[in-house]
Amino acid sequence: MIPGSFEYHRPSSLDDAIGLLSSLGEDALLVAGGHSLIPMMKLRMAMPEHLVDLQDVQSLKSITVDTNQISLGAMVTQAELIASDELHAACPILRETSLQIADPQIRNLGTIGGNVANGDPGNDMPAIMQMLGATYVLAGPQGTREIAARDFYEAAFFTAREDGEILTTIKFDTPTAGHGWAYEKQKRKIGDYATAAAAVVLTVSGGVCETASIGLTNVADTPLWAEEAAGVLVGSALDEATIKTAANAAVAITDPALDGRGPVEFRKHIAGIMVQRAVAKAAQRAQ
Amino acid sequence: MNDQTPISREERIEKLQGLGCSRKRVEDARFTQGKGNYIDDLKLPGMLFGDFVRSPYGHARIKSINPEAALAVPGVLAVITAEELKPLALHYMPTLAGDVQAVLADEKVLFQNQEVAFVVATDRYAAADGVELVEVDYEPLPVINDAFKAMDEDAPLLREDIKDKMEGAHGPRKHHNHIFFWEEGDKDGTEKALDDADVVVEELITYQRVHPCPLETCGCVASMDKINGKLTLWGTFQAPHAVRTVASLITNIAEHNIRVISPDIGGGFGNKVGVYPGYICATVASIVTGKPVKWVEDRIENLSSTAFARDYHMTGKIAATKDGKITGLWAHVLADHGAFDACADPTKFPAGFFHIVTGSYDIPVAYVGVDGVYTNKAPGGVAYRCSFRVTEAAYLIERMIDILARKLDMDPAELRIKNFIKKEQFPYQSALGWEYDSGDYHTAMEKAMTTVDYKALRVEQTENRAAFDRGETRSLMGVGVAFFTEIVGAGPVKNCDILGLGMFDSCEIRIHPTGSAIARLGTISQGQGHATTFAQILASEIGIPAEDITLEEGDTDTAPYGLGTYGSRSTPVAGAATAMAGRKIRAKAQMIAAYLLEVHEGDLEWDVDRFQIKGNPEAHKTMKEIAFASYNQAIPGLEPGLEAVSYYDPPNMTYPFGAYICVVDVDVDTGVIDVRRFYALDDCGTRINPMIIEGQVHGGLTEALAIVMGQEISYDEIGNIKGATLMDFFLPTAVETPNWETGHTTTPSPHHPIGAKGVGESPNVGGVPALSNAVHDAFAHKGLTHTQMPHDHWRVWKVAQKLGLTD
Ligand SMILES: Cc1cc2nc3c(=O)[nH]c(=O)nc-3n(C[C@H](O)[C@H](O)[C@H](O)COP(=O)(O)OP(=O)(O)OC[C@H]3O[C@@H](n4cnc5c(N)ncnc54)[C@H](O)[C@@H]3O)c2cc1C
Repeated sequence: MIPGSFEYHRPSSLDDAIGLLSSLGEDALLVAGGHSLIPMMKLRMAMPEHLVDLQDVQSLKSITVDTNQISLGAMVTQAELIASDELHAACPILRETSLQIADPQIRNLGTIGGNVANGDPGNDMPAIMQMLGATYVLAGPQGTREIAARDFYEAAFFTAREDGEILTTIKFDTPTAGHGWAYEKQKRKIGDYATAAAAVVLTVSGGVCETASIGLTNVADTPLWAEEAAGVLVGSALDEATIKTAANAAVAITDPALDGRGPVEFRKHIAGIMVQRAVAKAAQRAQ
Repeated sequence: MNDQTPISREERIEKLQGLGCSRKRVEDARFTQGKGNYIDDLKLPGMLFGDFVRSPYGHARIKSINPEAALAVPGVLAVITAEELKPLALHYMPTLAGDVQAVLADEKVLFQNQEVAFVVATDRYAAADGVELVEVDYEPLPVINDAFKAMDEDAPLLREDIKDKMEGAHGPRKHHNHIFFWEEGDKDGTEKALDDADVVVEELITYQRVHPCPLETCGCVASMDKINGKLTLWGTFQAPHAVRTVASLITNIAEHNIRVISPDIGGGFGNKVGVYPGYICATVASIVTGKPVKWVEDRIENLSSTAFARDYHMTGKIAATKDGKITGLWAHVLADHGAFDACADPTKFPAGFFHIVTGSYDIPVAYVGVDGVYTNKAPGGVAYRCSFRVTEAAYLIERMIDILARKLDMDPAELRIKNFIKKEQFPYQSALGWEYDSGDYHTAMEKAMTTVDYKALRVEQTENRAAFDRGETRSLMGVGVAFFTEIVGAGPVKNCDILGLGMFDSCEIRIHPTGSAIARLGTISQGQGHATTFAQILASEIGIPAEDITLEEGDTDTAPYGLGTYGSRSTPVAGAATAMAGRKIRAKAQMIAAYLLEVHEGDLEWDVDRFQIKGNPEAHKTMKEIAFASYNQAIPGLEPGLEAVSYYDPPNMTYPFGAYICVVDVDVDTGVIDVRRFYALDDCGTRINPMIIEGQVHGGLTEALAIVMGQEISYDEIGNIKGATLMDFFLPTAVETPNWETGHTTTPSPHHPIGAKGVGESPNVGGVPALSNAVHDAFAHKGLTHTQMPHDHWRVWKVAQKLGLTD
């Protein structure tokens, strides 16, 4: 459990960080909170020769909440997401989700940027971002570009991020006031990744579901946006039968692997149960 | 020097903080401040580090090992392989079970993560880099990961080193992968009872392979002083004296030239009883380099290579009358010992005390047979927070009783009560040869049932089941009952030894002139709080306050010889030695007091902390005064000083018992189990420190929860170990742990000097069947007889699915 040796760099500006990444090339990796990367290095599954630490880059640490848009700096920690009352008032699913990630020690260091950039289908925030329709801002030697969270994930640990690019900001439209939300995650214990988890945001008017979006965690080699399932809900009274149909539609797109959490059949089943429970809870919370 | 202010007798008793006092743990001041001193805290000048190259295969031939690239790493000093150890005859080492185990793989590897080479370097980073670069060429061989296939005719030969040795340590081996067959009891009589019975139930009950997983992993520092020829070995040893003797026998270093020291130990649970390749390799490396060498395993190494527990496939049959009187018990175990037989059991008992399997019941006739087999898994088979194989036995009988109750349509508590050994039957001779020293099972069971209002729980359960059937809830309620009897405190030298060393234990006491004391024991605390409780035993025996008594363990140069701490033996054996040594002190103190008070010894009586003249308590000498006198007076016929040592050979084991009841709610849609309530009533005889008992019970129950709800070390078809990290190996946190309620009855052991029995392991032994029975009980009305542990989410959901409860 001892990593290979590496050089450590600690730039204090985004430009310096980008410069370092370009000059050091392929053998350099960014490190944010380190709570995904360092375990991999200790297992020698990752053996970077250079680590470029982003923690002194102050410009990546802000949370901005507007009536129209929310934007999160990549270096905002999960603990900071939980602590922000302003954020919670506008988009409560972020606190609900963050509280289900790992444990307080890890959340004190783990960042939102690292969580979504990592590309681990077990991470909880990518499905949330897909569900919210978020956009990722990437900065590289050629300038910045934006990419939708729904287009970002290619396979486990493979993303649309190019070597040399840094994820700087995550932004999304502020959810409609009065929306219902829920993140339902089944896990074996504190500190475990999901057996399956479902994220739901929806709006209800006059007893009818007006909009809905569903994201799924750890039931495929990427996070999943369950577009069809959400479509089933829209226009319905969110009755039990409709919720079940939506859950089945969500399960249909899952493709989990067998692991210590259980066989494929079980993990698909749990995905369905999580969707049902998340929708029911969100419906109850919607105003 | 008479004490100045006369205080009341009650105050004097209170001041002692002796037996029965919930004295705070003296160890905690350092542990809670991070000031403990564990093996990895030890740093010696010039110390080197060793790290293992381990096998990626479960079974493979080693074609070549090339250390060149590793040796080129700056800081790497040596790469040791079996070839280097052969000339020293150290490539194999004896195990506690009469087998041998490869220190470094000899021509082939037999389990994944087996030790193949030992890289020695100036720091642990260089060692780890070296490990990466040792090139080993393997030729994979077919793997046996299923104990049931180990003795197939065409099963691959695992142990080439002993292929011609068909006479094992415990009799003939009937197959090249067979280790031993051991049996006890009346086979014919039991078979007849089964033939004649109104009712017979039979079940294959597997207790899965788990791991003790102490928070601190195993490790050592070996330091050979080439000038004086002395070897000092610091390590996470649960039995330091036994390690010294074994080290002497293995290395041929005279025993007086070896000093073994166990510093603070961060939990043992049986994992730290055995001797591991790391200890041998660090020692060899120190002898070769003349420098101290440290080896400390990481978590994956701990879970995958040092001593697992359980892995027992147990078939049980119970014969009974139709009104529920048990008439016989038959059991066979297929014991998976992994690649080497490194079980930690007293020599004469290759299946430990598994024959406690008749449990708390008056069963007229019984028989057990155990076959041990080799597989491509890590060696071990230790007593994980239980006396040798006692928790396996308790799980089998307690599950079987529930299965019988179901078959007879009887309440499982009622069936137990009907078959309990009665109070007046003690001492009780069990059908499998044990003499239970004492017990009062009916009282304990009644108290537990009243405390939880057992009847009301059953009523609530009936309502829950009806509501479930009406579709009003997706949660099923289960009530689990277990009543266990342990056998602990090994043990009488006449039948208990480890490598020929009798399982007595010891205590040596020195009283200082000013009336304080130091006591040293042959045991070693790993978190049990010995420094607190043994001082309390002594306080009550010799009238010196517990806080004035230093307790020391773990240094073989200073402590008297003892067999160490495991199998709940410290209080039954070393605790007894402590009391007996205290009584020797008191006997001498009485002579001194008689001299000082100018009376005959027989005219004195002991009172709390002093000897007083019978009928004239004003005329007395306190222990403090006596202590000083022993150093300052020339007493005719008495040697100066006040010291004693006792080596205690217990006449019998002790038999703690308990009644555990728990309530669970099972979500049939997710397989998630909520332990709503758990009540543990323990009877461990005399209670030395109720607070420590409660802490031990909480810890043991939490381990039981872990085992039942998720722990499992398993292997895939090609021999890869699964679940050897804490991501997969279930270690509950405070969040997953329910509230534990505790209670007690007190039935002192009649043969132990203070009537104590040992409690640290009871909650693991009783907790597992109680929790598992509760899960089974939730589904019992739907037709579930038995399902194997762990009862993790997906397996529980599978049960619900098979019973047609899911959609
Ligand atoms: C025991 C344990 C349990 C956990 N459980 C969960 C869980 O249940 N759910 C969950 O979601 N997470 C879990 N995590 C992961 C944790 O949340 C991580 O902290 C988080 O996923 C990664 O954030 P980080 O800041 O630590 O990233 P790091 O580990 O520093 O980096 C992760 C990866 O992202 C890259 N990266 C980091 N920042 C950037 C950036 N700005 N731009 C581009 N690339 C970047 C790094 O190069 C690296 O490859 C767990 C971790 C542990 C140790």
